Amino acid sequence: MQEFESAFGLAFDLILRGDRDLLEIVWLSLRVSISAVLLACLIGLPLGAYLAIARFRGRGTVIVALNALMGLPPVVVGLIVYLHLSRAGPLGFLGLLYTPTAMIIAQTILITPIVAALSRQVLEDLNTEYAEQFRSFALSRAQAMQVLIWDGRYSLLTVALAGFGRAVAEVGAVMIVGGNIDHLTRVMTTAIALETSRGELALALALGLVLMVIALAINAAVQGVRLSAERKAYA
Amino acid sequence: MRDMTQNCAQTAVPSTAASLAVNGLGYNIDGHRLLQDVSFDIRTQGITVLMGPNGAGKSVLLRLLHGILPPSDGQVHWYGKPLSPEITRQQALVFQKPVLLRRSVAANVDFVLRTRGRQDPGRRDAALARVGLLHLVQHPARRLSGGEQQRLALARALATEPDVLLLDEPTANLDPAAVQLIENIVTEAASGGTKVFFVTHDIGQARRLAEDVVFLHRGRLLEHSAASAFFDAPQSSAARAYLAGEILT
Repeated sequence: MQEFESAFGLAFDLILRGDRDLLEIVWLSLRVSISAVLLACLIGLPLGAYLAIARFRGRGTVIVALNALMGLPPVVVGLIVYLHLSRAGPLGFLGLLYTPTAMIIAQTILITPIVAALSRQVLEDLNTEYAEQFRSFALSRAQAMQVLIWDGRYSLLTVALAGFGRAVAEVGAVMIVGGNIDHLTRVMTTAIALETSRGELALALALGLVLMVIALAINAAVQGVRLSAERKAYA
Repeated sequence: MRDMTQNCAQTAVPSTAASLAVNGLGYNIDGHRLLQDVSFDIRTQGITVLMGPNGAGKSVLLRLLHGILPPSDGQVHWYGKPLSPEITRQQALVFQKPVLLRRSVAANVDFVLRTRGRQDPGRRDAALARVGLLHLVQHPARRLSGGEQQRLALARALATEPDVLLLDEPTANLDPAAVQLIENIVTEAASGGTKVFFVTHDIGQARRLAEDVVFLHRGRLLEHSAASAFFDAPQSSAARAYLAGEILT
């Protein structure tokens, strides 16, 4: 218990004096996960909107598959990306293994199905309300998808948040493709795993606290934006 | 029936080339026949009222005329051409419950103008002024009252200067003042040359607005005649009963 208290004290000390290593790790974590969320939204939102509107043979199977992919194990994604980016792999020539870019790729693959599947559900509900008006406007499918994504933007923030939560908290994929290299690919989760295994509980705890504060702050910000949108009936 | 409706149509108005020709129109869904063998021509401008009791098929017919429901049988021709997205785009439909985008009043009108390649703040403001909503231009659309929402839907429809304006019971659930405002706007649009199709089961409203009446009952067209002829001497027993305030089943 005493060790726990002293670790807590050290953790607060690291945070309050803005420890350089700590900030570097936090910054890289945010950079990787936010980039992955943006890329996942770029791919997943149009895919979700398309599935919300389009009716085609096999659509149900695609939706079931997409929902199943939400539960992709991070280590499996990490392994697949590793096999592709390793020197002997098809994309080995790019030299991306053990770089933040590889970590962004892995996390994007991990959370794109989450963004696509959840946005499909949100936008399908919205489309139920709008579909007849869209037909009356004689909108093209692309125009209808744009309207759905724009008008569903506040609900989709929560979808993006779910993706960010998954990305920033996962350790398996970034560990495999990033390698947890100090000052290069070390992020909060891999650092916590490493420092805990080395018995350096203070840094691990400090990172854990920062991780939780970031998650809390981002959730609060999104909730604030949503509430403001609901007041205007835009959500 | 077909002969009768055509005869009635001919007595209704001076005959020019038919702007709308409906032939053998039918609509079925899940084994239920909601509309069958509906045929009539419209050769006039002004306001055509689609009347009938609940479940008569008025709203289905309106959607079939607009091209947002595919007919099970028959055809609809506008100005001699079969329905197409281009024709739908030249029309505007206002629903009983207005479907407004989750945006400001201005953005709702801007959106539809943009889809027609005619974005113009001046045109938007003129459309909003026409329905008395210019002072609410930045207001969230879905925070408007029911009557204001319906007027916004009308402004959005009229901003594109449609050839044909279709309205599906636009004044249901509105108070008399709001109803009068909507009726004035619709009458003004019709006077400006827009062909109007107005669905209602309110006999008083039909008397105020209609130049000709299409009367439906149980998915069938029973009469199409000039308003004066319809209200003074309805041909079908169902229309007589309806106008007498009897409940049709």
